[in-house]
Amino acid sequence: MRYLVALIIWLCPLGAIAQEWEDQNAFGPASAQTTLRVLSSTDTSLFVPIIEDFLQEQPDVSIEYFVTGTAQIDQVFRAAPEDFDVVISSAMDLQLKLVNDGFSVKIENLDQPQWAQWRQSLFAFTTEPATIVINRAAFAPGAVPQTRQELIAAMRARPDIFRGRVGTYDVRESGLGYLFATQDARSSETFWRLMEVMGGLDARLYCCSGAMIDDLVAGKLMVAYNVLGSYVAARDDVAEKLEIVLPSDFPTTMMRTAFVSSRTDVEDEASAFVRHLVEVQTGPRNREVFPLPPLGSAVDGTGQAVISLEPALMTYLDPLKRRTFIKEWSSAVIQ
Amino acid sequence: MKFLLVEDNIELANAVSSRLHLDGHVVDHADKIEDAMAFMQTGEYDLILLDIMLPDGDGRTFLKHHRSGKNDTPVIVLTARSQVSDRISLLDLGADDYMTKPFDHEELQARCRAVLRRNAGHAQSVTELGGVALDPVAGRLTIGARAVTLRNRELRLLELLINAPGQIFSKAKLADRLFSYDEDVSENAIEVYIGRLRKHLEPSELRITTLRGLGYRLDHG
Amino acid sequence: MDDGVNVTGSLRARLALTLIGSAAAIAVLLFFVVRTYSAQIAQSGQDSILEASVTSILDAVTLREGDVEVDLPYVAFSMLSTDADDRVFYALWQDETLLSGYELLPVADAPDGGEIVLVSAIFDGAPVRVATAARILVGANDRMRVTVSVAQTQDALAGTLNRISRNVGLIGAGFFILSVLVASWATNTTIRPMERLTNSITRRGPKDLTPVARPVPLEMAPLVASLNSFMARLDTSLKQSEDFIAEAAHRVRTPLATVRSHAEATLQRVEREDNRQALRSMVRAIDESSRAAGQLLDHAMITFRADHLETHEVDLVELVEDLVTRLTPVAEMKDIALTVVSEGEARVEADAILLQNALRNLVENALKYVPEESEITLEVSATPRPRIEVRDEGPGFPPDQMQDLAARFSRGENAKDTIGSGLGLTIAKDVAMAHGGELTLTNMPEGGACVTLLL
Repeated sequence: MRYLVALIIWLCPLGAIAQEWEDQNAFGPASAQTTLRVLSSTDTSLFVPIIEDFLQEQPDVSIEYFVTGTAQIDQVFRAAPEDFDVVISSAMDLQLKLVNDGFSVKIENLDQPQWAQWRQSLFAFTTEPATIVINRAAFAPGAVPQTRQELIAAMRARPDIFRGRVGTYDVRESGLGYLFATQDARSSETFWRLMEVMGGLDARLYCCSGAMIDDLVAGKLMVAYNVLGSYVAARDDVAEKLEIVLPSDFPTTMMRTAFVSSRTDVEDEASAFVRHLVEVQTGPRNREVFPLPPLGSAVDGTGQAVISLEPALMTYLDPLKRRTFIKEWSSAVIQ
Repeated sequence: MKFLLVEDNIELANAVSSRLHLDGHVVDHADKIEDAMAFMQTGEYDLILLDIMLPDGDGRTFLKHHRSGKNDTPVIVLTARSQVSDRISLLDLGADDYMTKPFDHEELQARCRAVLRRNAGHAQSVTELGGVALDPVAGRLTIGARAVTLRNRELRLLELLINAPGQIFSKAKLADRLFSYDEDVSENAIEVYIGRLRKHLEPSELRITTLRGLGYRLDHG
Repeated sequence: MDDGVNVTGSLRARLALTLIGSAAAIAVLLFFVVRTYSAQIAQSGQDSILEASVTSILDAVTLREGDVEVDLPYVAFSMLSTDADDRVFYALWQDETLLSGYELLPVADAPDGGEIVLVSAIFDGAPVRVATAARILVGANDRMRVTVSVAQTQDALAGTLNRISRNVGLIGAGFFILSVLVASWATNTTIRPMERLTNSITRRGPKDLTPVARPVPLEMAPLVASLNSFMARLDTSLKQSEDFIAEAAHRVRTPLATVRSHAEATLQRVEREDNRQALRSMVRAIDESSRAAGQLLDHAMITFRADHLETHEVDLVELVEDLVTRLTPVAEMKDIALTVVSEGEARVEADAILLQNALRNLVENALKYVPEESEITLEVSATPRPRIEVRDEGPGFPPDQMQDLAARFSRGENAKDTIGSGLGLTIAKDVAMAHGGELTLTNMPEGGACVTLLL
């Protein structure tokens, strides 16, 4: 396992150089005068309705949509900020640091509450909690753990069931996973106990929520921690097998954010796209047409507070701090 | 009539006096206020002609004194001033009329008559001749029981003639007396007035005779 | 009011300008002092947070097995959150080596003792405030110097400063407006005695040269004293010239009267026509010069009074009747009747002396031109406007000259042989205009002239 992780870390820079996209699509007429290049960590399928809705209003614009992981986005964009007009990511900390470092422009005439934007440049358009997703096969009805403590207890009670069948993000690889982990660690010591327990059960580590869900459905995983619930809800083949649990002890809720590159040549269109995105996600739109979870409130009905968009997000991006955190995390998870 | 002339300029006083004498008036002359007051103490006058600038004071002082003494002898002021306000204040001080120097003697006489007429009750001087009585102040001609009011020019013409019966007046001399000097009058205009007077005098013994080439004469009987 | 006056500047403007100018200066000064002071306070607020941040990071620096470790506290940056979402930069140096953070961030030299140095700088195009502190770490084999810098952009500070500036600006503007009101009040109060003096002098009658008696402020006393003394001199000089004119008139008119009397008397005695003609010419010349002099004086008098009318309530009917009494003896000499037509009283505010003079000129004019044994009618009416009409049965005005007749010194064509300077109509017209009225000349359909003096 150690070697596998080392290999992945070693391969990451190569991936950036090769520009190997997870997905890449073009929308709109080929003859369009303006092409918007959108760099995103969100699956294309979730974004298609929004893009098409936008293109109806702007017939002269076409859009190229590049999808890659959150850490990749940060690297690719920092290397060539002039190559992209809009950057969309779920890694709030990386997004905030890009804006802090001057890679964005302000978008006027877009009124968002203070908690949902930063510097009038970085705009949140979803609120998505990190969830525990369980395979119903592993738990008796009514015995589904609702908190991390209960999850720890459940795993300790039946290690045979869970050994090799628990999963979570590989924080070294996934920007979002790192964000969730650091925010969890900041909130409670329970996080570290959970990691130790999961490490003791030979936890499987993933780059993305999608892969975890695939393995849950396939029965390779019984429990996945810090999975984006929205990805599970977006799939219609899982409802019978999987259950999404919002941990009730402390929540970790992420917001997807978007900003316009300061190096863009089509600032008006790029701003219009972000404005359109925020309007769709905050307006009374049909959720069946637009599958992305909407932007809720800073504190929703279940008492879930979102991760604040503030400079403190940069703390765990500090290389020294990250080195320390990864070291601790590794010693807990990779035993 | 009897005049008191108060005037410090001897030349003017003489000229005015001699002119008044010509018309048969009596004139006493005073050349300062003091003398004028002395004259007033001793004599009775029909009219006072008063100059304003006098060596021993202002004529207005005399006027004030004169009026306060309940003396109702009419006063005509002769003034060298012509300022409008001055004229008004003279009347306010009790002058009956004023004239600005130099003045027309015919106008002076007319004003005198007007002043005397206004001061009714004053002794009237009526001229009588051949059964005709002429009151120059009232302008009334009485022949027997019949009285006629004469027009101004008829009156002045008759007055001239009746004051000098038998004397010949040339047409030119009469015209100068009846008309002002700025009027362009033909001598024939006199004939009109002579004609009118003849008509008025018909019932009496007085006759106006025409002396061809010489003029007119009033004959008695 | 300042016709012909050499005016430079205005006391009121100067006073108001001085007061308002000082107010503006104070307002601007106030603005800058308060703004600067507030800026210092706001800056010291930001500085103390930056100091706390730097201190918290420096405290988290540890040396473990020869390696520097920094457990960056979350609060170090979270305390730097502002309403304006200010950007945050930091740099950690070990001696000359960057441990983490922004390499290009300007860093001040900080003493080893942990004292914090604050500087303002520009980073990535934005003004930033940088707090820097250093600490010496001593390990088993070596000692090293760790420097921590934390920087923050100044958007929130600028916003605060803008807010303060706006508020201070509003206060300054309010102070200024209040000062302007006070200044205008003060100016008016100061100027008012001067206006009162001006009014009291403007309202004076033409002959009122008495000293100013109403109390005036100390500063105006010299002016009023000079004015009084000037008016006293003027009064003396006026009286002297009046006396002079009276004396001159007396000296000229008296001999003229003598000559005229003699001429008239002589005319009674001489028979020769050429002598008589000479005497008549003499009398006419004397009359003309006397009348011209009289009218010139009258006209001068009227021009003088017209600027300062001495108006009282006058009954036009009484005035006309009085005048007719005065002129009847002259009219009678030509057997002309003067008739007054009126309906009751006609009271107006007017200068009686001027009116009487104007009317006398009109009637004397008529007397000159009308045939004997005719009638001159003076009609007085009070409505719709007070008016006096003088109608005669003479030849009327020459129609082509009616426009110019009232102009000075012009005489009608049919007046060639009549003595007079032609000023009569001019005088009447001036008097009418001085009263805000007018003089109109018309010829009546049945013949004869009609002059209307409208008030």
